Order: sequence, then C-alpha cells, then structure tokens
Amino acid sequence: MSRRSLAGFAILLLLACALPFMVSEYRSFQFTLVLVYAIALLGLNILTGYNGQISLGHGAFYAIGAYCAAILMDKYGVPYWATIPVAGAVCLAAGFLFGLPALRLEGLYLALATFALGVSLPQLLKYHHLEEWTGGVQGITIQKPDAPAFFAEFGLALDQDQWLYLFTLAVAVVMFVLGWNLLRGRIGRAMVAIRDNHVAAEAMGVNNALIKSLAFGVSAMYTGIAGALGAIAVQFVAPDSFNFFLSITLLVGIVIGGLASIPGALYGALFIQFVPNIADEISKAAPWAIFGLFLIGFVYLMPAGVAGAVRMAVARLGRKRQNT
Amino acid sequence: MEPFIHQVLAGLATGGIYASVALALVMIYQATHLVNFAQGELAMFSTYIAWSLINAGMPYWGAFFLTVGLSFVLGVVIERVVIRPVENSPVLAVVVVFIALLVILNSVTGWIYTFTIKTFPSPFPGQPLFGNKYMSSHEIGAIGVTLVVLLLLYVFFRFTPLGLAMRAAAQNPESSRLVGIRVGWMLALGWGLAAAIGSVAGMMVAPIVFLDPNMMGGVLLYAFAAALVGGIDNPAGAVFGGFLVGVLENVLGAFVIGNELKLAVALVLIIGVLTVRPSGLFGKVHVTRV
Repeated sequence: MSRRSLAGFAILLLLACALPFMVSEYRSFQFTLVLVYAIALLGLNILTGYNGQISLGHGAFYAIGAYCAAILMDKYGVPYWATIPVAGAVCLAAGFLFGLPALRLEGLYLALATFALGVSLPQLLKYHHLEEWTGGVQGITIQKPDAPAFFAEFGLALDQDQWLYLFTLAVAVVMFVLGWNLLRGRIGRAMVAIRDNHVAAEAMGVNNALIKSLAFGVSAMYTGIAGALGAIAVQFVAPDSFNFFLSITLLVGIVIGGLASIPGALYGALFIQFVPNIADEISKAAPWAIFGLFLIGFVYLMPAGVAGAVRMAVARLGRKRQNT
Repeated sequence: MEPFIHQVLAGLATGGIYASVALALVMIYQATHLVNFAQGELAMFSTYIAWSLINAGMPYWGAFFLTVGLSFVLGVVIERVVIRPVENSPVLAVVVVFIALLVILNSVTGWIYTFTIKTFPSPFPGQPLFGNKYMSSHEIGAIGVTLVVLLLLYVFFRFTPLGLAMRAAAQNPESSRLVGIRVGWMLALGWGLAAAIGSVAGMMVAPIVFLDPNMMGGVLLYAFAAALVGGIDNPAGAVFGGFLVGVLENVLGAFVIGNELKLAVALVLIIGVLTVRPSGLFGKVHVTRV
C-alpha cells in the first residue's frame, strides 16, 4: 500500500471516529447499522464475489449470530463484547458444515439450496422445543450496553449510541483488515482461481473442496459477527426480523456496492441502510420496488457496482493528471 | 387410521398445487436451463389480476381463462424484455435478475392491492362431493385441474408441431435454428406457458391460503422440492413429486415433527436430493465431459 492511500485511510478513520460527535443519537444508531451491514456484506462478498458461490440464504447466518449474542446475554449473563467471538465461532462452524454439502452444488443449484435455507429459517427459530432459548415468536429483548466507565474519567462522557458506534467501528476495522489480508494472500487468490476456472485451479494444486468450504465458513463467520453486533444495536431479536427479505437485502448490498470489492461492502451498506428510509416516504412497498429496479439496472448497466464506478472515475482522473 | 387417511388426502390436495407450480418451473428449466425464482410471485400477481376481474363482476370461469391468457402474455413480455438481455450472462447475473423480479412483483402488488389479506372464491361447490367426509370439493377440484393441465401439456408437447419445435429448441438450439425454428421465440413461449400454468396454481391455492402478496413463499419452496424430487427436466416427474411432497409435508407435519417445522421438510428434501441424487427420481442423469 502506498503512503498516500495509507494517509487517506487514516483521515477516513479519523472522520469515522468523529462522526458520532457531530450527528444526532438516532443518526449514530443508523451509522452503527451501516457498519454492521458492511461486515455482513464483506462476508457475503467473500463467498459470492470472490469465490463465486451464490448464496440467497445469508440472512440465516446473520440470524444465528444474532441469536447467539442474544441468548448468551439474556440467559447466561455474558458481557456483550464476549458474545461477538462466540457468535463468530458458531457461525464459522455452521457455515463450514453447510459448505460441505454445498460442495456438490454449483451455480443455480447452490442458489436453490441456500434459498431454501433462507426461506425456512424463521420457522425453525419459532420451533417450540427451542423456545426455552429463542423465546419463540416473541423473540428476546436485550439491554443496550453502557460505555465503559474509564471514558468518563477522562472527561469524555459517551452516551450508549455513541459508544456502540465506536465499538462497532473498532470491530469493523479489525474485520476489514483481516479480510483484506485474507483476500490478497494465498487463500484469497485460490478463491478467485476457483471462481474463474475450478478445473484449472485444481490442476494448479488448489484444494477446491477445502478452500470452498473454508470460504463458506469464513463468510458465515463475518455475517454472524455482523448479526451479533446488529442484535446488540437493535436490542431485540425475533424470528420474523430474519425473514427471506434479509437475505435478499444482503444480495442487493453486494450487487450495488460491487462484487469482489472490499470498499464495495461499505457502499452497499450505505445503500441498503439509507435508500429504504428515503423510499419509505413514497409508499410502504416502495423500498422493495426500488431495490428491484436498482438490481436489474446494475446487472445491465454497471455489473461492477458502485465500487467499479469509483475505480473507473479514479483511474480517469489519474490519467487526466498525467496528461496535463 | 381415519386421521391418517384424512392427512394423506389433504396432502394430495395441496400436492396438486405444488405440482402445478413445479410444472411451471420445469417448463422454464426445460426451455432455458434456468430455475425461475420469481415463479411464485408471478403466480401471485396473476391471482390478483383474477381477483380484480372477479370483483369487477366477471363470472368466475370467464375471469379464470382471461387471467390465464393475460399471464401468458405477461410471461412472454417478461422473457423478451427482462430475461433476454442476460440470457448468456453468468449464473449470478441471472439469479440476481430473477430475485429482482421477485421483489418487484411482490412490492408492486402490495402497492396496488395493499398487504391486507383478501378472500378468493372457489369455483367448486361448498358442500363435499358425493357426500364423502375426507375432502372438500375444492380440494378434489384442484387435483382435477392439475391433472387436466398435465394432460393438456402432454398433448401439446407430444402431438403439435409447435410443441415439437419447443422441445427441439430446448434440446439442441443450434440445430433447431438451422431447420428454421425461431429459438428465441420458443423460449419466450416457454415462459408464457409457465406463467399461465402458474396462474392456474395461484387461483387454485388462493381459496385455501387466502390472497396476500406473500402467499407463494412457502408454496414456491415446496414446488422446488417437488420439481427436484421428480427430476427437474421431467414434467410428469414434477407432478408426481408435487403430490409426494404434499403428502409428506402433511403427514410428517401432523404426526412426526409438528406443523411448525413443515418448511424444514422442504429444506431437507431440497438439500438431500441435490446432494444425493441431483437428477431426482425420474430425471435424466447428465454427464459432462471435463
């Protein structure tokens, strides 16, 4: 990474840290959700964008992560920050296990299988034998965490929303750096090789089965961590908030943000968080109509998403500067 | 024994509806080798058209056939306008377009007709046929309609030149083009047929589950399971699969796992069939040369 882009990231990070002190509490909450979605989208992008495995059921892993956090906090009194790694580990295992049968499925059929997972999950969460943990249809309500006391001692009184935003930001930065490292290294290249031509990848010595199920696991882990953070931010989990449309929302996010792009996850997250709010003012049904139109429009006109457009704009600017 | 028979027969009735939707899925799969995720919403939209027509004072069967015709046109238009540009794109692009269609149809319907649940009339008499105590006339009627649709399709594909042309276009597009078949239009016709079959399924299921924009979510999942169990390239297999899934769903739901996990039956069937025997019970086994 060049020194210039490193400085750019540092400025961006400073701005992101300063954000909750400049906007209202509700806005900080919204930006927390943007970060949550960004982590989830990065997860889905690892699987679908980089590894080429289509998932229409990633809402399921988001839900598992969210329920992990909620159950641990509500039933076992685990502190909120400790639920994040547990949710990640559980989803890593769940994703890896789901990835094993998925190895035999390609393209359309994998989409079908994950579609089934996404549609049937809310019903599984309502299952009455699990009610003791999941709270059934009622779901679970959890407490919003307070900022640690030592911030106040330094004279920096954070309210709950500001603290949660900063906490989510820290997790997001860690996850993005890890993801960036994973994807530019040996494993990331193997993933892309499998996506582009799995026979050639196999011939080069890439262990297709291992890498593909690993991609599924890591992807589910990211989404699960996002789910746990999302549950803490929203303070509530219930089966019907994890319906099939959540999975589609995530798909919308990666297509709009840009497939196989790390910053794309952030663009996509901004889109799925703020566009429905604007569209809601037209009609209750409008957000989804707009999502649908955007999806078709992007597939036809901008298959590389917003990230692709940004890349192109930057390249063009760079060329102009060289010419003059 | 009695409740068991009752559940099996009720399963056959819902199975008939799954069979119709599965048939529509097979129709599109045969023509284009794509799985249409928007099939359920398309059927739902058609059913709303029928509802409008009936509410405007049309007699039931008039509305029924007009809806089938309109759905056919809608299917053809969607293929020509939306699907055609991505025909040769990667699978992901196609799946995304299908999902986009799904959400657009869903939300547009909600926009026009609101999300409140509506009742939908049944064309069959209210009292049970022949004084039997197991099945309502609507359930028997729905099974009958499914079988009639299957028969019509069989006759169409087996005995008409157009049906032959469609089969040829699906099996070997290049050669079909060389003998003068307009392959593009055959695909569009396939979509039209699928939309028409879907509309029949929608109108048959609506009196049971009531009309609302999300009514087909579960039905579509069972239809996927049915199509896969029967073999996704075999229409008769899909119908058999539909009845099988309907019975399994009802019997397992009533006696083994409880009604809350019914959708999980579809999930397990889909993943099970795809991993163990992807060609289903009656499908062709495809071998690809690497």
